[in-house]
Amino acid sequence: MSEDVIKAEGLTKIFNSHLTAVDHIDFSVKHGEIFGFLGPNGAGKTTTINMLITILKPTDGKASVLGFDIAQQDRNVRNVIGVVPQEYTADEDLTGVENILLCADLYGIPRDIAKERVIDLLKLVELTDFGDKKVQTFSGGMRRRLELACGLVNRPKVLFLDEPTLGLDVQTRTATWNYIRKLKKEFGMTLFMTTHYLEEADALCDRVAIIDHGKIVVVGAPEELKHSLGGDVITLGIKEEADVSELIQSIEHVKDVKKEDGSYRIKAESGEVTAPLIIEALRRKGYTVTKLSLTEPTLNEVYLEYTGKSMRDAEESREAFASQRMTMRRAHQ
Amino acid sequence: MTEANGNSQSKMHGLWALTNRELKKWYKAPVIFILSIVQPVIWMGLLGKAMNIGAIVSGSTFTLPQLTPPLTPPQLQQLGTYFARLQTTILQGAFNTTDYFSFMAVGMIAFTALFTTMFSGMSVVWDRRLGFMNKVLSTPVSRAVIIFSKVLSATLRSMFQAGLIILIAIAFGLQFGIGFNPIYVLGVFAIMFLICVGLSSVFIAITIRSTRIETPMAVVNLINLPLMFASNAFFPIKFMPDWLQTIAKVNPLTYTTDAVRQLLIFSTDWTQLVLDFTYVGIFAAIAATIGMVLSWRFLSK
Repeated sequence: MSEDVIKAEGLTKIFNSHLTAVDHIDFSVKHGEIFGFLGPNGAGKTTTINMLITILKPTDGKASVLGFDIAQQDRNVRNVIGVVPQEYTADEDLTGVENILLCADLYGIPRDIAKERVIDLLKLVELTDFGDKKVQTFSGGMRRRLELACGLVNRPKVLFLDEPTLGLDVQTRTATWNYIRKLKKEFGMTLFMTTHYLEEADALCDRVAIIDHGKIVVVGAPEELKHSLGGDVITLGIKEEADVSELIQSIEHVKDVKKEDGSYRIKAESGEVTAPLIIEALRRKGYTVTKLSLTEPTLNEVYLEYTGKSMRDAEESREAFASQRMTMRRAHQ
Repeated sequence: MTEANGNSQSKMHGLWALTNRELKKWYKAPVIFILSIVQPVIWMGLLGKAMNIGAIVSGSTFTLPQLTPPLTPPQLQQLGTYFARLQTTILQGAFNTTDYFSFMAVGMIAFTALFTTMFSGMSVVWDRRLGFMNKVLSTPVSRAVIIFSKVLSATLRSMFQAGLIILIAIAFGLQFGIGFNPIYVLGVFAIMFLICVGLSSVFIAITIRSTRIETPMAVVNLINLPLMFASNAFFPIKFMPDWLQTIAKVNPLTYTTDAVRQLLIFSTDWTQLVLDFTYVGIFAAIAATIGMVLSWRFLSK
């Protein structure tokens, strides 16, 4: 078997012959890794995942999951994958156990085996005490975990997670990450996930593909991507009003200076060496440095570098994306 | 491939799981369950008992003007008998039975089929909105099974309600036709099965494209009552204006209702019954094929 668990070549989806949601993307996911699709809402993440889980047929290009073509051998694909959708799909009127058993039935798993798996799965997602409670009474985090359990009932080799922590609070989100890490570590599962949270992609994914307007702009490990920007970020403030951008720019190792809200955001190679040089240069000119911080670049800088806009800015215009998404959904009907 | 997971997957696997999911929502929710039973009772009470058509043509509803010379008691008795016979003839001529309540109660069975199958379309919309549909689509359950489970659950519900209506109608005084045999009830279930499969396939094909609950609601509101009244469920079509008769004569509900009447309250006309079954059978086959093909194509885009 080839190393690539998922392989996409020129994968494209055009809705109603004019709305290009996914535009000729190529990528591959290796065995046992957590691969993340990172991008703002409406970038084409869900459309991609829906093609891979055989809900949508690609307009062009092809992709395979564990060697099965998603268009030609869709039934085989469905048998070996697990899906944790963005929405809470568990039936509110049924209990946790009944929901997992329903999922098991959809895979044709015999009842006796299914019942054993339910016990294991509830333990895995720490819902054992709530198995016989109706889903109506579950909190958001519990529902997420139940979805996870349902997605694992057929012992999938690849698990697809669409925005696994959407709408969860920070604490619950971190807990969910731990469950996902456990799947990779203990079961050697390959995971494909989408997210629009930078921290999530950074904390969880072995490799990230940044997607924007239906195109993959860059793929790589989060660390690698951040280092590819070639430097650290020094944030610095001075007491005086004057603009010292040019002065800082002239210092050795400094690559870029931006003035933001009275402080300077400096990109520099090996920040720990450059920072003292900057302080020294400023002091010699009679300026007083009031604050200084040194950070490694975040995925937001990577995103900014490759798409020309900040991920956070993109998120702020969420309204626009949401409406675009609605249009796509409608077009899709 | 499927054996690799130790799973037993036939072409139809998942059908019962999905059907039962729908049915559970119904029988596990006491309020919905009771309402679905109360509804036909109310209709039967309102229409069947309030519209006491038999009373209109009976001699007791109006007083005859005093005739001169006054009628002798034997003459009055004769007149009474004459009116009674007239009432029977009119009712028999119009409704093929002397009891309007029986006529109407049986019409309720087709009515239930229409309502229950129409609302089955709603559950498709919910499944799409809540993402459940996508989840099922990503499992090895075949697309045809997904659609068929919806049809089947609506059909089973309707058939259950039909059985219940017959029982309630008996309690309210349903008069069976001459030569009625309890085995004919199976025939009622058979025709109900056919009409429900046909109707729900159509409604599911209409609603499966919609993610808004308003769309099927509008469709249901637009067509349910017209479809009901343009049939013989409440009134014989031979007294309708020509244009309405034309509609009523192609309306499959007319044939369903007629079949149920032939089986339960008329003295069974077998030729007519065969015609009814053939018509509804053909309707079911065509509607189910078109409905399922459209739904299937939509789900596998």
